[in-house]
Amino acid sequence: MTNPSHRRVIPIKSEPPSSLSDADRAAVDSACSRLKHLPGALLPILHAVQESLGFVPRDSVPLIARALNISLAEVHGVLSFYHYFRKERGGRHVVHLCRAEACQALGAAGLEAHAKRTLGIDFHGTTADGAISLEPVYCLGNCALGPSVMIDEELQGRVSTTRFDALVAKARAAVKP
Amino acid sequence: MSALKIFVPVDAAARGVGADETALAIATEARRRQIDVQIVRNGSRGLLWLEPLVEVEMAGQRHAYGPVPADAVADLFAAGFASSALPTGSHALAHGPTERIPYFARQQRLSFARVGLVDPRSLADYLAHDGYRGLAAALEMQPADIVAAVSASGLRGRGGAAFPAGIKWKTVLGALGSEKYVVCNADEGDSGTFSDRMLIEGDPFVLIEGMTIAALATGATRGYIYLRWEYPDAKRALEAAIAAAYAAHYLGNDIQGSGKCFELEVRMGAGAYICGEETSLLESLEGKRGQVRFKPPLPAIAGLFGKPTVINNVITFASVPIILDRGAANYQHFGMGRSRGTLPMQLAGNVKYGGLVEIAFGMSLRELLDDFGGGTLSGRPIRAVQVGGPLGAYLPQSQLDTPLDYEAFAEIKGMLGHGGIVVFDDTVDMAAQARYAMEFCAIESCGKCTPCRIGSTRGVEVIDRLVAGVNAPEQEALLRDLCETLTYGSLCALGGLIPYPVLSALNHFPDDFVKPQRAHASA
Repeated sequence: MTNPSHRRVIPIKSEPPSSLSDADRAAVDSACSRLKHLPGALLPILHAVQESLGFVPRDSVPLIARALNISLAEVHGVLSFYHYFRKERGGRHVVHLCRAEACQALGAAGLEAHAKRTLGIDFHGTTADGAISLEPVYCLGNCALGPSVMIDEELQGRVSTTRFDALVAKARAAVKP
Repeated sequence: MSALKIFVPVDAAARGVGADETALAIATEARRRQIDVQIVRNGSRGLLWLEPLVEVEMAGQRHAYGPVPADAVADLFAAGFASSALPTGSHALAHGPTERIPYFARQQRLSFARVGLVDPRSLADYLAHDGYRGLAAALEMQPADIVAAVSASGLRGRGGAAFPAGIKWKTVLGALGSEKYVVCNADEGDSGTFSDRMLIEGDPFVLIEGMTIAALATGATRGYIYLRWEYPDAKRALEAAIAAAYAAHYLGNDIQGSGKCFELEVRMGAGAYICGEETSLLESLEGKRGQVRFKPPLPAIAGLFGKPTVINNVITFASVPIILDRGAANYQHFGMGRSRGTLPMQLAGNVKYGGLVEIAFGMSLRELLDDFGGGTLSGRPIRAVQVGGPLGAYLPQSQLDTPLDYEAFAEIKGMLGHGGIVVFDDTVDMAAQARYAMEFCAIESCGKCTPCRIGSTRGVEVIDRLVAGVNAPEQEALLRDLCETLTYGSLCALGGLIPYPVLSALNHFPDDFVKPQRAHASA
């Protein structure tokens, strides 16, 4: 009764749309092909993408979903759940400032206010010159030598406002690690 | 003549106050003075207020100098610290033999026995300091006997929940599964705690050994260490140690010729406090959102990828090798009541002598604060102490005589948790601390249970209204009611215990919640 030629064929998009640059796309593809065989591969892939691009672009989501054969919603759900993953391009350096109790006991709130004022940004913001992004963090495991910040991957203890300014100036002057 | 050995910690806390620059300055100054030195980058001794703590080995004994910033190095050389030990008092930075410093000498270091002593990157150093003796013993034993030894030691989970490790292991041993896993919870998110980080950076092999013993005991063949992203130094230390352990057949498919197999890998977290909860951690390892699972089934029956899984904290695993090496009775002999062995306490926050203090259970909190902590860094009186991380109670002066024991803390509606102690002086605003607890819960809630997901945000609002004096008695009743809902309506400890800091602040420091005369310690 049915004529196969009348069936409407829904084309399967093998190539998800993406506005990533060729280099960015290559980084995402490389992370996927390198890590997708791991059990529970999604977090390692997101880490690898962020490590090479500095953030996880929204347009990498379909590529990752396809590589792992899971839905866009699953990838987006994981990406948005974890505070560490950046969804937007950040500054050349990321300053993580500890807000947790042990640092509070040593004046972290004052340091936070100082950081926001001198950088002219709120948490999750990036300075106008694109040098510094400011993020909150809940404990850096340096609780006996607070207040603490982590600049890129380097932990800093006993951070007074003066020391904070010096560390930021040093980061600004340095090239991307 | 062999080179002079100088130890400069590679621990992140030491590096955070300039240890790398100090090491470089020592190398430069030694070269200038033509002194042959060998700089060893050890873990931290845990006397963190003295970091960077430099040790010089003289006739087999290590002499401590600290804190030594890079610009103090030339002066130490000029004072002759490289030719003979400077006695305490003869130089402002000299503290005499490290192991005779009272802060260190009064501790009972079992799991931290090697931290600060050895080069964390050297397997040879680990072996020379009794490393892998626990594994050697375990390889001669039947799995059930290993489990029995861990049970007999009285070891309870050091992550915070204090569940007996032996029972967990026994359940996994008895469970059927085509594959079994050993998972280490290194997602040390509690503020005021850093013992996992210090142990991993200072003695990573002991964690690997403990996990390997857990695998032998339960029949597991694959393991994961779930490490928080905030610990990049620990990641480097672990990855180097795992590679060395593979190369020397302490990991892999034929452990020390026994035919037993154990594969181990590090996985990084991504900034979610909730992933320190064991079922959330397993979800995260599976590549999902870190949302809490219902229990049962217990992870020991259906854990990672649905398979039987041993999941324990770093310090729990690190306590196992010494139990197997020296015997369960030796470990069990430390402690009080049902809290056996030692707990690495971490003195943090506004404290003069902050650091790691591994002691047997039973000492009073006040003794720890006075004899080790030395009061506040600011020099002002202690007003409140939060024990057990962000879900732990704020204790007033009147409760500081509580002994460090799981049950004693439960009795005062607090918890010992992972052993973090955060000290606050009399400038603290306890209403602000209670508000922060609710705010933290709102930020870190996984969203599964409504009281935690929504109640935390409402909690911030209620505290704001209470402090603003808007119908205060009603707000207080509402806050207490909300806390009860959180306690009984949450699946895990985040929602279930966040009332601890909130209510302890409200009960012990009610004046801080009263407007307008929010008087402090003067009261």
